[in-house]
Amino acid sequence: MKRRTFLAGTAATAALAASGAALAAEATKVGYIFVGPIGDLGYNFQHNLGREEMQKALGASVKSSYVENVPEGADAERTLTQLALAGNKLIFATSFGYMDAVINVAKKFPHVKFEHATGYKRAPNVSTYSARFYEGRAVIGTIAGRMTKTNKIGYIASFPIPEVIRGINAAYIHAKKVNPNVEFKIVWVSTWADPAKEADAANALIQQGVDIIMQHTDTTAAMNIAEKKGIYAFGQSSDMAKSGPNAQLTAIVDEWGPYYIKRVKAVQDGTWKSEDTWGGIGAGMVTFAPFNKAMPEAVAKEAKDMIAAIGSGKYHPFTGPLKKQDGSVWLKPGEVAKDGDLLGMNFYVEGLTGSIPK
Amino acid sequence: MDLSAINPAVLIASLMVSATPILLAAIGELVVEKSGVLNLGVEGMMITGAICGFAAAVETGSPVAGFIAAAVGASLLSLIFAVLTQYLLANQVATGLALTLFGLGFSAMIGQGYVGMKPPLTPDLRIPILSDIPVLGEILFRHDLMVYVSLALVAAVWAVLKYSRVGLILRAVGENHDAAHALGYKVIRIRILALMFGGACAGLGGAYLSLIRVPSWTQGMTAGAGWIALAIVVFASWKPWRVLLGAYLFGGITVLQLNLQAAGVKVPVQYLSMSPYLITILVLVIMSANRSRASLNAPASLGKSFHASY
Amino acid sequence: MFMLEKRPSPSRFWTGATPILAVALTMIAGGILFALLGKNPLEAIRTIFFDPLFGDNAWYYRAQLLVKAGPLVLIAIGLSLGFRAGIWNIGAEGQYILGAICGAAVGLAFYPAQHWYIFPLMILAGALGGWAWAMIPAVLKTKFGTNEILVSLMLVYVAQNLLAEMAIGPLRNPQGSGFPGSRDLSQYPSAANLELIPGTGIHWGVIAAFVAVIAAYVLLQRHILGFQIRLAGQAPRAARFAGVKPDRLVLICMGLSGALAGLAGMFEVAGPAGKISIDFASGYGFTAIIVAFLGRLHPVGILLAGLLMALTYVGGDIAQSNLGLPSAAIQAFQGMLLFFLLAVDLLSNYRIRFGLKEAR
Repeated sequence: MKRRTFLAGTAATAALAASGAALAAEATKVGYIFVGPIGDLGYNFQHNLGREEMQKALGASVKSSYVENVPEGADAERTLTQLALAGNKLIFATSFGYMDAVINVAKKFPHVKFEHATGYKRAPNVSTYSARFYEGRAVIGTIAGRMTKTNKIGYIASFPIPEVIRGINAAYIHAKKVNPNVEFKIVWVSTWADPAKEADAANALIQQGVDIIMQHTDTTAAMNIAEKKGIYAFGQSSDMAKSGPNAQLTAIVDEWGPYYIKRVKAVQDGTWKSEDTWGGIGAGMVTFAPFNKAMPEAVAKEAKDMIAAIGSGKYHPFTGPLKKQDGSVWLKPGEVAKDGDLLGMNFYVEGLTGSIPK
Repeated sequence: MDLSAINPAVLIASLMVSATPILLAAIGELVVEKSGVLNLGVEGMMITGAICGFAAAVETGSPVAGFIAAAVGASLLSLIFAVLTQYLLANQVATGLALTLFGLGFSAMIGQGYVGMKPPLTPDLRIPILSDIPVLGEILFRHDLMVYVSLALVAAVWAVLKYSRVGLILRAVGENHDAAHALGYKVIRIRILALMFGGACAGLGGAYLSLIRVPSWTQGMTAGAGWIALAIVVFASWKPWRVLLGAYLFGGITVLQLNLQAAGVKVPVQYLSMSPYLITILVLVIMSANRSRASLNAPASLGKSFHASY
Repeated sequence: MFMLEKRPSPSRFWTGATPILAVALTMIAGGILFALLGKNPLEAIRTIFFDPLFGDNAWYYRAQLLVKAGPLVLIAIGLSLGFRAGIWNIGAEGQYILGAICGAAVGLAFYPAQHWYIFPLMILAGALGGWAWAMIPAVLKTKFGTNEILVSLMLVYVAQNLLAEMAIGPLRNPQGSGFPGSRDLSQYPSAANLELIPGTGIHWGVIAAFVAVIAAYVLLQRHILGFQIRLAGQAPRAARFAGVKPDRLVLICMGLSGALAGLAGMFEVAGPAGKISIDFASGYGFTAIIVAFLGRLHPVGILLAGLLMALTYVGGDIAQSNLGLPSAAIQAFQGMLLFFLLAVDLLSNYRIRFGLKEAR
């Protein structure tokens, strides 16, 4: 994985933007809006990293800009309009909550193309895109199942939405597969980013004998605690090795750069079409941070084989036989989950204890 | 329901850690309010302390340097509040809110280069012999230095307010600034010193978050802790030991909620996340139902500007 | 050294001139800040303060200023009544959230029926929701003497958790594929807070803000309640002799400010935001407190202060995309603007004398 410090990254973009300005007449203007700060070292950080990658790859033919910390609602609609008025030809809205704002603004600017991340509403000039993060969860579930000594794995979850539930299920199924004694302890923190609360949750899990922590929240707090307490954890969205050089087994890294390059090029060629992209490991949208050196060779190989199998389409992480938590059959042997069911997933699979908060 | 999985000693030990940031900030604000000033900018000072402390600790490799920088940085920020409200007689509520807004933006700006970094670790002190006492040792004698500093600060503030001349003057200024002025005390100077003390404490609280409790820097990482600290001061009806009680109670509910979940106890998450706030309200109601005593304790000049008009 | 001498009444000249002076000072200090960040200070200042008003697409941004200022002004007007009487409602954010939840719930209960009375009912529900949430600290204060600053503040956090609960639970869109968030009210004609002038985004909430400004002005100038509010703030003891019942005043002021905050939340959820979502609340309730003070608790002042705050938001976003200024810098810049506004406020109430006369 390429890692850059945040500052070096912005300096590079600034230089590129400056060189792009000279050729502004021809440069395709591309705008981004982010729901949080680009310095969150998580979700928004990765989207911005993708933007920088795109800017670097396409050089002076593109002039990209962004607005961060845009609340959903009226502000999103205004900011999207502002980007359209400023002459951006392609606009990426990177948060689920921007969905209706994107549709509304797209109606007013039929000649501008919009791309909305993680949503499901499309229009002739609105595409949607997302990543199959559950594929990554399947891999880290496998690693966790192999690496745990106490057979207790902690999971810090944000809100009970399909994306999060899918991740828990994928991780649990694969941990259980390699280690039948494994047990998941799930803590819902009701926030995407509150480092203190995430740290407390990590501590609470450790007190319950957990020796590996997974998270579906945005900050590095759990990783920092894992490092401090000498246990393992998995990074979320970004490579968090700087926060936990010894603790991080690997991280599921969101890789948006290739997609952004492809879509901007499509606008430049005039081949852009409204479509829905849900890419995973195979599409290069879900990648992994370098594996921890403490991981035994056999475990690393097993994980890499699984990455390859999922990437080539040979294996689907949700393949039957699988039962729901209540014991009813979800997938028959050999049956593969339909995307529609995955998108709206609102149940635990068999074996998970506790219930999804309602 | 299996509660046996929760070890009370460990729980108490971790609630002390979780409560320390708000305890530090609240004890500082108590001194500020005792001097008759209401500074609603605690959140802004805490977050400034968090980044100043983090940056200094990373640059020097020393957590102690970090805590010193946090105290200095946040108390410099509180000077802005001091100048605006004490010399320029600006409204304290509005200035406090502006201070929070500025602090959040300012800290995020300097913090850009420090995202994702790991600060030097602050070691836990294992106090010899004492830390080996069963249960009690685990609860009380295996913490980092700042936990003891926060407790010492509470004791010191209590002693100074109650027994010393400085405390007497401070309270006099807070009760009736005109009378204190007539007696020859420098009202503004005393208030500015109190504000700087409050800023330094809030800064320490913020740095405790970024250097020990989390430990890392994230934009907006105080996530409302400063407001809780303000609440605790009133909750405590301006008494130092009750500030300690309030902070531990609040920290305790938060930690207990997460621990129950981790132990697999079925809990309504959203409603439990509300519980610390609801319980604080409840305790407030019970305490203020005995209305004469609670209101007697509020500094009479709280929030009022002082201007020597002759 | 300098000395301050209180003016018998606020200076008319300085009351008008101080905001301009403050903005000028902010431009200088902000320019230095932006220059330190490696941006052209003149361009940054121009982008924030002039482009939304006189730039290329000013027709759009001018209307957006009203849309952004609408909820701020509506909430701040309500708060100012209480603040004048020394009643400190710091929890408008919570009342705003409850107004949105109640308003949206009523609208969603009728879905998909089309009746003319649905939107008016939602307005009522929104106001009631905010009112009820504000009544908690008000009643606790009058019954038990509980501090209203604290209770209203604590209730903000309760409201935020309730909002998340609503977005995931009871109000979740049954056809939303399991995603959190309610149905889109702005797509449901009977419940939508419609755009009144096409293309501008101006909605009923903006109208309500203007009505509130006028109503508050009349109330404070002409009505006995307005007189009681002012008296209670300036001279609490005199107010008692004049027959003002403090408890009644608390209930009225908290209730009014809660209802207005609830209205603002309802207009926002049915219009610009469109739906209940986990992140629906974006701090209007807190920003409105600043707006109320910047406007010196005067209805017209609040209107102007709300517009000025809106300008820094709208211009700040433009500066982000056009100049690459980080949002943190804009937040710090807003903080500076507030500092300067508060600092120069002194000039309208005090005369500054330079000289050797010893201050005693």
